[in-house]
Amino acid sequence: MADLQALYQEIILDHNKNPRNFRVLPDADRVVDAYNPLCGDHYTLYVRLDGDRIADVTFQGSGCAISKASASVMSTVLKGKSIADAQKIFEVFHQLVRGEFKGERDLEHLGKIAAFAGVSEFPTRVKCAILAWHAVRGAVSANEQTVTTE
Amino acid sequence: MSISPDANKPASDQALFDVERIRRDFPLLTATVHGRPLVYFDNAATSQKPSVVIEAERHYYQTENANVHRGVHALSERATAEYEEVRRLVARFLNAESEREIIFVRGATEAINLVASSFGRMAVKAGDEILVTAMEHHSNIVPWQLLCGEKGATLRVVPMNDAGEVLLDEYERLLTPKTRLVALAHVSNALGTVNPVRRMIEAAHRSGIPVLLDGAQAVPHLRVDVRELDCDFYVLSSHKLFGPTGVGVLYGRERLLDAMPPYQGGGDMIRSVTFEKTTFNELPYKFEAGTPNIAGTIAFGEAIRYVSALPWPAVMAHEDALLREATIALGTINGTRIIGTAAEKVGVLSFLMDGIHPHDIGTILDQYGVAVRTGHHCAQPVMDRYGIPATARASFAFYNTREEISVFADALKRVKEVFG
Ligand SMILES: Cc1ncc(COP(=O)(O)O)c(C=O)c1O
Repeated sequence: MADLQALYQEIILDHNKNPRNFRVLPDADRVVDAYNPLCGDHYTLYVRLDGDRIADVTFQGSGCAISKASASVMSTVLKGKSIADAQKIFEVFHQLVRGEFKGERDLEHLGKIAAFAGVSEFPTRVKCAILAWHAVRGAVSANEQTVTTE
Repeated sequence: MSISPDANKPASDQALFDVERIRRDFPLLTATVHGRPLVYFDNAATSQKPSVVIEAERHYYQTENANVHRGVHALSERATAEYEEVRRLVARFLNAESEREIIFVRGATEAINLVASSFGRMAVKAGDEILVTAMEHHSNIVPWQLLCGEKGATLRVVPMNDAGEVLLDEYERLLTPKTRLVALAHVSNALGTVNPVRRMIEAAHRSGIPVLLDGAQAVPHLRVDVRELDCDFYVLSSHKLFGPTGVGVLYGRERLLDAMPPYQGGGDMIRSVTFEKTTFNELPYKFEAGTPNIAGTIAFGEAIRYVSALPWPAVMAHEDALLREATIALGTINGTRIIGTAAEKVGVLSFLMDGIHPHDIGTILDQYGVAVRTGHHCAQPVMDRYGIPATARASFAFYNTREEISVFADALKRVKEVFG
C-alpha cells in the first residue's frame, strides 16, 4: 500500500526502533514535557545550550512510531545548530508535515526530515509528528519574546 | 461468555439471525474506506444507524416540525404525542414502572451529571463518600469528583483484578455508613467486562445505599430490566444504541426523583413562575428544562423499536461467536495481548501488540478499511491500572460478521509486517 509506505518510511521505522539520543541529559539547560492527552504520547526533552547554539538535545518517554521517530530525528538534526537556524528548521518541518511546504519539489536537501512528508496524507498523525518539535521550539524560545502559534 | 475454541457452534442461531439481511438496514455499512469495504469495529464509540432512524429524523422535520408541550395547534400536538410516545417506549424497553421515571437528556454523560448535581445537592454532605469502580468511563468519575470537591466528600474506588473484574470483597468492605451512592458501569467500555450488578446492588441496598448504573455500553448488547436489577438510576446514550446523537435517558426510581431538586431551570420544568416564587412541574418534566432534541428523540424511538424487534437470544449468540472468534484470531498472532479477560464480557476487545504503539495499529488498520479506536478510551485510570498508555480496541455490534473478523486478523498481520 503506497500510502502506508509513504508514512512508515525506512528512516522512521529505524528511528522508532533505535531512537537516537534517547537518554536523560544531566546538565540540560531546558527540560520540557511533551504530552498528547488524546493518545497518551509522553516525552521529556532535554536541551543544552551553548550561547545561542543548541549544544545537545536528548529525550525520554514513550509514544507512537511517528512521534518517537520524529523526536529522534529532531535530536540529530538540531544538535549544533544555532537557535536562529533551528527556528527555520522548525518552520520547514511544520510546513512539510502539513503538506504546506512551498520549497523545491526535490526534498533531498532537507535530509532526514524529508521522511516526514508522508505524514501530511494522514491528518490525524500530524500532531504526533510535531509533538516533540513544538516542545523544543517552546523551550529554546523561552527567553526570547517569541510567541509560538499552532 | 467464556472463551473456548468451539467457534463452529451457532449454526442454528444463524438460521434465526440473518446478519446479511440485518446489514442491509444500515446504509453506512456498505461504505468503502481507502478503497476497501468498511469494517466498522468502533461500535463502543458510537453505533451505525438503521435507515428507519435516519428516515424518522428527516420525516419529522419535513412533515411535523413543531415545539412540544406548548401549543394547541395540530403540529405541536402531534410532535408532543410522538415525543411522549417515545418515553413510553423507553419505559417499556427498560421495564420501568412508569414513564414518569424516564428523563430525556443529551446522553449518558448529562444523565450522570444530572444525578450528581441534583441527588448530590440533596443527599451528599461533608465527610460522605461516593463509591465508583476502577473501570469507569471519565463521565462516571469527573461529575462525582466535582461533587465531592464542592461538598467536602470523598470519592472511593473499588479495585479490580488483572482480568478486569471488580473485587467483590473489597467492594463490600467499601460500603460504609458514609457511602451515599454507588455509581458503576454495567458494562466497561475499555475492557468489555459485564459487572455482577445484581449482587452489587443487593449488597448496597442491604445498607440502604442507592445505586446508579452506567448502562451506556450495556444496552447495545444485553436486555436490561431496571426492576429486575433493582437499580435506583440507570443511564444510557441513544447514539450507542443505534439512535441519533444528542439524546440520552436517565431512568430514576420515582420516589428518589420526586425528592430530588431540579437540575436546570427554564421552560417546561415549571408549573408557575413569579419573580417571588416558582413551583416546579411534576415528573418527568421537572428535569427537562428547555426545548429538547425532539427530532432526535423521535428517531431514537425508531431505534428502540428496531432493537426490540431483534431475536435477542440469537443476537447474543452471534455477538458471543464474534468475540470468541476475534479472541482466538488475536491469540494466533504472536506478541499480542488482550487487556480485559473477564469471565463475563461483551464484544469489546482491547489489545496491545509488542513494540507497536496502538496509534500505529489504528492507522494501518484504517488503511485496510478497519475502523478501531486507539487511545485511553476515556478511561485513563484503567490504563494506569495496567501500566499502559493506551490500547487498540475493536468493539462489535450484531451487524458485524465473521468475515470482517478475518479481514481484521489479516490487517493485524500486515501491521506486524510493516514493523518487521
Ligand atoms: C461506559 C460509558 N459511560 C458513559 C459514556 C458517555 O456517553 P456519552 O458520551 O454518549 O454521554 C460512554 C461513552 O463512551 C461510555 O462508554
